Amino acid sequence: MLKNGKSLKWLAFLALSLFLSGCGNMTVLDPKGPVAESQAWLILFSIGFMLLIVLVVFILLTVILVKYRERDDHKGYQPDIEGSHKLEIIWTIIPVIIVIILSVPTIMTIFELEEAPAATSHKEPVVVHATSVNWKWIFSYPEEGIETVNYLNIPTDRPILFKLTSADSMAALWIPQLGGQKYNMAGMETQLYLQADEVGTYAGRNANYTGEGFADQRFDVVALEQGDFDTWVEETQNDAPELTQDEYDKLMVPGSASEMTFSSTHLDWVDHSTDAEYAINAWDRMGYVPLNPHSRAWKSI
Amino acid sequence: MKWDEFIITGDPLILGAQISILISGIGAVFVLTYFKKWKWLWDEWITSVDHKKLGIMYILIAILMFFRGGIDALMMRTQLAAPNMTFLDSLHYNEIFTTHGTIMIIFMAMPFLIGLMNVVVPLQIGARDVAFPFLNNLSFWTFVIGMGLFNISFIIGGSPSAGWTSYMPLASNELNPGPGQNYYLLGLQISGIGTLATGVNMMVTIFKMRAKGMKLFMMPMFTWTTLITSMIIVLAFPVLTIALAEMTFDRLFGTHFFNLTNGGMPMLWANLFWIWGHPEVYIVALPAFGIFSEIISTFSKKRLFGYNAMVYSIIAISVLSFLVWVHHFFTMGSGAVVNSFFSITTMAISIPTGVKIFNWLLTMHKGRISFTTPMLWSIAFIPNFVIGGVTGVMLAMAAADYQYHNTYFLVSHFHYVLIAATVFACFAGLIYWYPKMFGHKLNERIGKWFFWIFVAGFNICFFPQYFLGLDGMPRRINVYGVEDGWFALNFISTVGAFIMGLAFIILVYNIYYSFRYSPRETTGDSWDGRTLEWATSSAIPPHYNFAKVPEVTSMDAYWKMKEEGIDPNKIEKYEKIHMPSNTALPFVMGCFMFLVGFGLVFEWFWMGIVGGIGIFACMAFRSFDYNDGYYVSVEEIEETEKRAREAK
Ligand code: HEM
Ligand SMILES: [Cu+2]
Ligand SMILES: [Cu+2]
Repeated sequence: MLKNGKSLKWLAFLALSLFLSGCGNMTVLDPKGPVAESQAWLILFSIGFMLLIVLVVFILLTVILVKYRERDDHKGYQPDIEGSHKLEIIWTIIPVIIVIILSVPTIMTIFELEEAPAATSHKEPVVVHATSVNWKWIFSYPEEGIETVNYLNIPTDRPILFKLTSADSMAALWIPQLGGQKYNMAGMETQLYLQADEVGTYAGRNANYTGEGFADQRFDVVALEQGDFDTWVEETQNDAPELTQDEYDKLMVPGSASEMTFSSTHLDWVDHSTDAEYAINAWDRMGYVPLNPHSRAWKSI
Repeated sequence: MKWDEFIITGDPLILGAQISILISGIGAVFVLTYFKKWKWLWDEWITSVDHKKLGIMYILIAILMFFRGGIDALMMRTQLAAPNMTFLDSLHYNEIFTTHGTIMIIFMAMPFLIGLMNVVVPLQIGARDVAFPFLNNLSFWTFVIGMGLFNISFIIGGSPSAGWTSYMPLASNELNPGPGQNYYLLGLQISGIGTLATGVNMMVTIFKMRAKGMKLFMMPMFTWTTLITSMIIVLAFPVLTIALAEMTFDRLFGTHFFNLTNGGMPMLWANLFWIWGHPEVYIVALPAFGIFSEIISTFSKKRLFGYNAMVYSIIAISVLSFLVWVHHFFTMGSGAVVNSFFSITTMAISIPTGVKIFNWLLTMHKGRISFTTPMLWSIAFIPNFVIGGVTGVMLAMAAADYQYHNTYFLVSHFHYVLIAATVFACFAGLIYWYPKMFGHKLNERIGKWFFWIFVAGFNICFFPQYFLGLDGMPRRINVYGVEDGWFALNFISTVGAFIMGLAFIILVYNIYYSFRYSPRETTGDSWDGRTLEWATSSAIPPHYNFAKVPEVTSMDAYWKMKEEGIDPNKIEKYEKIHMPSNTALPFVMGCFMFLVGFGLVFEWFWMGIVGGIGIFACMAFRSFDYNDGYYVSVEEIEETEKRAREAK
C-alpha cells in the first residue's frame, strides 16, 4: 500500500512537471506584449484554481469508492440518508466564492483590454485597418498612406490600434503571442489593441472558419524598432506601387495571394465597415460567378 | 443542373461509401424478403404507437448515426495526424466536420436520449402510454425523415460545409453555392418539428399522466430532467425554427435577413443560433444527469442524496441556460459591460452543477457500491465531466476566452462535456435499461472491456487538445505545417480516436454476443431497481405497460413496495384497458415531408408543392379519422400476465 502511494505521488509529480514545462513554450503562455501577458496571467491564475477543484473531487471520489465498495466487511451502510442542508449550503457557498474570485480579475481585464495598454497609453497608437477577404489579409495604414497584403510590420513598445472589418465572411484576427482575437465582420468595425514589446516575427492568422482557404489565411507580424519601422514606411511610400481599384477588385475574388506592398490604401474608395456589398459587386466587375464546388466547371477554373 | 452535380463523383472515399450503401441496402431488402419480415416490420414497428418500440427505434438510429459521425471523426483525425497530410482536401474536410458536428448533436445525442425517455418515462411514472401516441409516432418519423434527408447529402448534391453553426454570410448563396447548405436547413427544420412535438408530448405526459399519488416531488430524477428538458425544448426550438426558415428564405427566395447585401444582418443569425444553441447543449446534458442519478442511486443501494437540491439545481441550470448565449461570441466586440454580464452568468452555471456533483458523491458515500457496467460509466462521468466543467469555467472568463476562442482548447472542452455527460449517459442508460427493452442483459465482462478501452481512448484523444489550443492551434483547420510544432500532440490524439473506434466495435460485438448467449431475464427487475419501470415484466413490457396502474406513496416507489412486501403485479381482478390503434398516417406524411425537403433542397418547387399538398391531405384525413383506439380484453390481459408470471 505504502509503495503504491509512493509511486502515485511520483506519477503526480511527473505529470505536474511535464505540464508546467509544457506551459513554458506554449504560444499563448509565451506572451510578447502587455495584452497577451495579462491574458496569460489570467489563464495561469484560473488553471491554479481549477486544479484545486479537480483535486478535491478526484480525492473525494477515490476515497468514497474505496471505502464504500461492496465487499464482505462492509461498514457504515446507511441507505436512508435524505441529504444534509448544512453540506449543501457549504458546497453552494464555496463555488459562489470561487466564481467571485474569478470574476473580479476577469472583469478588470475585460475593461483593460478595451483600451491601449496602460504603460504606453501616453503614446499615439499606430492605426491599422485589418480587412479580411476570402482568403487573405489586407492591412492599411491610413496615417502612413500605405497598404500591405498578407504581412504586417509594426513598431515595438507602441500600442497598435486595429480597426477590424471584413469584405465577405466573418473572420477573426488572431496573433496569439501579442494577444487574443476579435471578429472581422463585413459592414461593421471592431477595435482591438495589441502591442509587441520585443523585436521579432510572430504568427498571425484568421481564427474563425471562412471556408476552403481558411487554413492558409495566415500572415507574419514583424515587430521592428520604431526607427526601423519609420524607415520601412518611408521606403514603402517612395518605392511601392500604388494600389489601383482594378487590382483591388481582383483581390476581392476568393482565393489566396502572396505578400504585396502598396503606397496607397483602398480606404480612398471603400470602407468595408460601412459598405458590406463591395466585394460582391466587385465580383460582377471581375466576371466571377460562384459555382457549386462539386460541379466540374468549378474544378476547371 | 447537370447529372454529375446531382450524384457526387470523383472522390474515391465517397464512391466507397456509395457502393457499401448500395450493397447493404440490397442486403437488407433481401433479408427482409427472405425471412418474410416485411409485414412484421410494418405492423409491429413502422406503424406502432407503442412508446417503448418507438424508443427502441430512436436508439437504433442514434447508434447508426454514432457510427456515421464516428467515421467522420476518424477521417478528420486521420487528416490531422501529421503535418501536411493530403488524405482529405479542404472541401472534403469542411464537409466532414460540418456533418460530424450536426449529426452528433442533432441526430445522435438528442435522439438517443429521446429514445431512452420514450422507453422509460411513461414506465417510471406508472402511465400506460404517452399523452399523444399518434403524435409520438409522427415525431419519430419527422426525425427519421430529417435525418435521412441530411444524410443523403454526401452522395447526392454535396454536403453542407459551413460548420454545424452555419454562420452567415459564409452560409449564404454567394459564398456557399450548391444544395449542401439547403440540406442542413431542411434536414434540421423537419427533424426539429419532431423534436418540438416530443417536447410537448413529454411535458403533457409527465404533468397529466402520473400514477395516483405521485406528487411532482416524488418523481424519479430521470423523469424530472425529462420534464425540464421538454420545457427547454418548447422554449428554445421555435427560435431555431424561425432562424432556419429565415435562412432558407434568404437562400431560396432572395430575402435579406442575414445576407451581406441590402442591409442583411449576419450577426443576427449568430445570436438566434446560440439562443437556441446553448439551451440545446442542456437539452442533451440534463437527461444525462437524470440517468446518472438513477444509476448511482440504484447501485449504491441508497436513495439520492439531496433530492430537492438536485431538482432545484436543474431548474436553475435551465433558467441560466437561456442567459449565457453571448459566451459563444465574446470576441464579437459587444463591449466590456455585455461581456462581463455574460461572463458571470456563464460561470454561475457552475454553481448548481457543482451542487449536483457533490450530491452524487454523497449518494455513494455510506452506500454499497457495486461496480456493474452502468455504474462504471456513471462513476467515470464524474471526473471526466469535472475536467470538462472546469475548462468551461476557464472559457467563461471572457478576457481569457479571446485566446481560447475557436481553438482546440474549445474543441477539447466541448467534447469532454458532451462525451462524458451525454455519450457516457447514453451508454450507461442503454446498458441499464437493456434488459427492460430486450429481456436480457448485455454481457458484463465484454461491457467492461468496452468501458475501459473507450474511456482510455477518450482521454488520450481529447486531453492533448487542451495543450494544442494553448499552443495556438485553431479549430476547423484541415492542415498545419511542420513549423507549427503540433505534430506530437495531434498524433497522440488521433491514436486515442482510433482506440475509441475499437471500443465501438466491442459494443456492437457485445450486442450480438448477448443476443446469442446472455441468459434471458424473466423477473423484470434486473438490477434490484428502485423506480416503477422495474415493477413491470420484461422483455418489452406488454403494450399496456401495467395491468393495473400502481399507486405511489413515496419516492423510489418500487423500492418502497419491495420493502413493504407489496407485489404490484398481484392483482385480484383485471379490467379492460383502452389503448390507441396503430397508424400508418405519420409514415405517409413523412414521405410527403421528404418530397418537400428534397424538392426545396434542389429548388424544384413543383416537387415541394406536391409534397405540401400531400401533407395537408394527411392532416385533413386525420381530422376526419374517428378511430380513437380499442380495448384490450380482460382475457388477453389475463393471458399475457399469466405468461409473464409463469416465466418467473
Ligand atoms: C467519439 C469520438 C469523437 C471524435 C474523435 C471527435 C472528433 C472531432 C473532430 C476531429 C472535430 C473537428 C475539429 C475541428 O476541425 O475543428 C470535431 C468537431 C465536433 N464534434 Fe466531435 N468527435 C467525437 C465525438 C463527438 C460527439 C459525441 C459529439 C456530440 C455529441 C461531437 C460534437 C462535435 C461538434 C459539435 C463539433 C464541431 C463541429 C464544427 O466545428 O462545426 N463529437 N470532433
Ligand atoms: Cu458584427
Ligand atoms: Cu453555450
